Amino acid sequence: MLSIELGHFALILAFALSVVQVGVATYAWQRPNEGSFQFVRQASMLQFLLVLLSFAALSVAFVTSDFSLKLAYEHSHSLQPTLYKFTSVWGNHEGSMLLWVLILTLFGAAVAIGGSNLPKPTLNLVLGNQGFLAFAFIGFTLFTSNPFERLPEMPLEGRDLNPILQDVGLAIHPPLLYIGYVGFSVCFSFAVAALISGKIDGAWARWVRPWTMASWIFLTLGIAMGSYWAYYELGWGGWWFWDPVENASFMPWLTGTALLHSALVMEKRGALKIWTVLLAIITFSLSLLGTFLVRSGILTSVHSFATDPSRGLVILGMLTFFICGAFLLFAWRAPTLKAGGLFAPVSREAALVFNNLFLATATIAVLVGTLYPLVLDAFTGIKISVGAPFFDLTFGALMVPLLLVVPFGPFLPWKRASIAQASKRLFGAIVISFVLTVIVSAYLWEGFSLTPLGLLLGFWVIIGSLTDLVERSKLFKVAPSVSLRRLAGLPKNVWSTSLAHMGLGMTVLGVVFVMTYETETITTMEPGQQLETYGYSVRFIDEIDTAGPNFTSERATFAVAPIGSTEKTLSSEKRNYPARQMPTTEAGIKTFGLSQIYISIGDRVGENGRVVRIWTKPWILLIWLGAVVMSLAGAYSLTDRKYRIAAPNLAKKQQLGAAR
Amino acid sequence: MTRKQKRLAIIGSLSAIVLTAVVFIAIAMRGTASFFVVPSEIKSQSIALNQAVRLGGIVKSESWVKDGTSHNFLVTDCQVDIPVHYSGIVPDLFREGQEVIVEGSLVNNDLFEATNVLAKHDENYVPKDMVDKFEEKGLCPGHTDQASG
Repeated sequence: MLSIELGHFALILAFALSVVQVGVATYAWQRPNEGSFQFVRQASMLQFLLVLLSFAALSVAFVTSDFSLKLAYEHSHSLQPTLYKFTSVWGNHEGSMLLWVLILTLFGAAVAIGGSNLPKPTLNLVLGNQGFLAFAFIGFTLFTSNPFERLPEMPLEGRDLNPILQDVGLAIHPPLLYIGYVGFSVCFSFAVAALISGKIDGAWARWVRPWTMASWIFLTLGIAMGSYWAYYELGWGGWWFWDPVENASFMPWLTGTALLHSALVMEKRGALKIWTVLLAIITFSLSLLGTFLVRSGILTSVHSFATDPSRGLVILGMLTFFICGAFLLFAWRAPTLKAGGLFAPVSREAALVFNNLFLATATIAVLVGTLYPLVLDAFTGIKISVGAPFFDLTFGALMVPLLLVVPFGPFLPWKRASIAQASKRLFGAIVISFVLTVIVSAYLWEGFSLTPLGLLLGFWVIIGSLTDLVERSKLFKVAPSVSLRRLAGLPKNVWSTSLAHMGLGMTVLGVVFVMTYETETITTMEPGQQLETYGYSVRFIDEIDTAGPNFTSERATFAVAPIGSTEKTLSSEKRNYPARQMPTTEAGIKTFGLSQIYISIGDRVGENGRVVRIWTKPWILLIWLGAVVMSLAGAYSLTDRKYRIAAPNLAKKQQLGAAR
Repeated sequence: MTRKQKRLAIIGSLSAIVLTAVVFIAIAMRGTASFFVVPSEIKSQSIALNQAVRLGGIVKSESWVKDGTSHNFLVTDCQVDIPVHYSGIVPDLFREGQEVIVEGSLVNNDLFEATNVLAKHDENYVPKDMVDKFEEKGLCPGHTDQASG
C-alpha cells in the first residue's frame, strides 16, 4: 500500500528536481550541450511521475478513508460513495493545489515528449521556464498548503465533504478547468523562451497553436460544465452569475480565444508578432490571477474553501513575480522584434485584429468589474458589489459589433478584401437570419426590447458561419452527391472555423432565448394537484421520505409535460447531510427538445403541501451545446497533420543550416 | 501615407476605440454598482428610496414570519432592526440568529424589499463584507466572534 509519507516524499523530491531542472536549463542556455538538454527533458518527465505518485498516495488515503490524514478527516466520510471519496481529494484547498501542480507537470512532460521536433535550445528554454513554474507552485503547496499533514490520533469518522460538492460535477469540472488554465502555462513558457532568445517567427506561432488550442478546448468545456453544474446543483435556476470566480475563468478564455486568432495571423502572414506574444503572457497571467482570486480566500464563494489569509499573500507575491517578470522581459525585448507584413484596413488580418480588439476590451470590462470592488475595499474600505447589470451592459454591448463581424472573417481574403464582395456572398445568410428573427420575435412578442437584435445576432452567426461550407460545397448548385463529396474533401481548418463559429452562434441564441423567454412561477402545491404554467402542465404526484448513504431526503415527484404531450416524471429533493448538519436542495430537471423545465421545492406548507418554484427554460441547452460544438471544432482542427509535419521539417532545416 | 504614418493611424484609431470603451465601462460602473450597508447605516446615512443596496446583518431571533412564499423578517446589527420582505424561496441555510445578506432596496422608511436573499452555503462560509464591517464598528461583539471562529 502506498503510504502517505511516500507521497509526501515524492512531492519533496519533485520540488528538489525542479530546482536542479531550472539550474541545468540555465546552464544549457549559456553553454548549449546535448547532455544538459537531455537532462532537462528527462527531468520534466520524471517530475510528472513523482507528482503523479504523490497524487496517487493522497487518493489512496482518501479512497480507503484513512482519517489519520488530516485532509481526509476534514473533507471525507467513510459512508460517501467511492467516486466522491476520490473527488474529495481536490474538493479542498490543499488537494486542489496538488491537482493544479499535477496538471502543470503533466504539461511539462507533454512538451518534453511532444516537443522532440523543436530546436533544442528553444525546447530547453521552454522546459526551464515550466520547471520554474513547477518550483514555485510545488513550493507553495509544500510550505503553505501541505496536503500530507497527519493527525496525532486517528479519528473514527471524517467530517464529510461539503454536500454541494458531492456530485459527479466535481469529478469533471475542476480537472477540465485546470487543464485549460494550466495548459496556457505552455504558451507562457513559449513566449518567455521566444523573448529570451529573440527568435519569433511564423514557426513559433505554429508551435504554440496546438497547445493554445488544446488548453482552450478544455477551458471551454470546463467553463460550460461549471455553468451546467451550478445550474442544476445550486437550485437557483441560474446558469451564469458573473461571480468573480466565474469571471476569473472567463477572462483567460476570452484572451485565449483572441490568442488563437492572432496566432493565425502570425502563422500565415508574419504580422502581429509582438501582440501575439503579449497575449500569450496575458492569458497565463489571467489564469494565475484566477488561481490567486480563488485560492487566496479574498473572495467568498462556493469555490473558496476556508483558507488561511497568509497564503493569499504568498500567492499574490508569486503572481506579481511571474507577471511583472514576464512584462519586464517583454518591455526589454519586444522593441528588438521586427515588425511583420502590412495589410489593408479591410482584409482577413484586419478582421482578426478587430476580433482581438473587442475580445481584449471585453476582458478589460470583466477585469474592471471583478477587481474594482476589491481594490476599492482595500484602499477606501467602501464595500460595493458589481453584479450582473454591469456585466450584461458592458460585456453585452462589446459583443454586438464582434458578433456582427464574425461571419465575414472567412469570406475576407488575406492582405486586401472588399466588404461589398463579402456581403454579396453572405447575402443569402443576411436575408434568412432577418426573416427568422422577424418570425420568431413576432411569434413570441413580449413588447419592445433588445431581444430581436440578440436573436438576429444568434441566427446571423450560425447561418453566416455555415454559408462558407454551403458555398464551397456548391450545395443546391450541383447534384447532392457531388456536394457531399466536396464537403468531405474540404480542408480541416475550413470545417473547424465554420463549426466553431456556429457553436458560438448557438450559445448566443441560447443565452438570448433564456434571458428573454424564461419564466418563473412560485406557488404552493398539494400532492395530486395539477397546474398549467407557461405552456407546461405540472402535476405533483407524491412526496416520500427516503435516505442515501450519508444523507436523508424528502423527495417530491412531479409529472411534467408541454401541454398536450406525454408526461415525464421528475423528482426534486431537500436533503440533509447529518455529518455537517447541512441541508441542500436538489432540483428536478426534465428536457423537452432544447428546452427544460426546472423544479425546486421549498418549505412544507400545511399538512402535506409544498412551496414549489417552477422555471421554464426555453432553448437553454443551446448554451452548453454551443460550447460543446466549439470544443469539438477545436479538437477537429488539432487533428490537422500540418501541426505535426511542419515542425520537424523546420527543425531539420535549422539543423541543416547549423551544419553548414 | 508612409508605412509609419499608416501604423500610427491604425494604433491611434484602435486606442480611440479602447478609450471609448473604458469611459463607457466607467459610466456603467457608476450606474450599476451597489453599496454594502449594515442596518445602522441605513438610518444614519439616509439611503435613498429604491436605490439598490446590499444589506448585511443577522436575522433577528423570532422575527421570521412566513406565509407560503412570502417572508417577513428583521435584519439587525444589534442596534437597528430593518424589516425586510421577500417573496420566493429562502436558501437552505437561512435561519434565525444567523448572518444574511439581502439585495434589494428600501421601498419606504419602514420596509426593505429584497430581490435576493443570500445565506451561507457551508458552515465555514462567512459573509466577509459583513463580518469586516461588524468588527470595524464593534457591532454584535459576541456574534461575529462566533461566526468567524
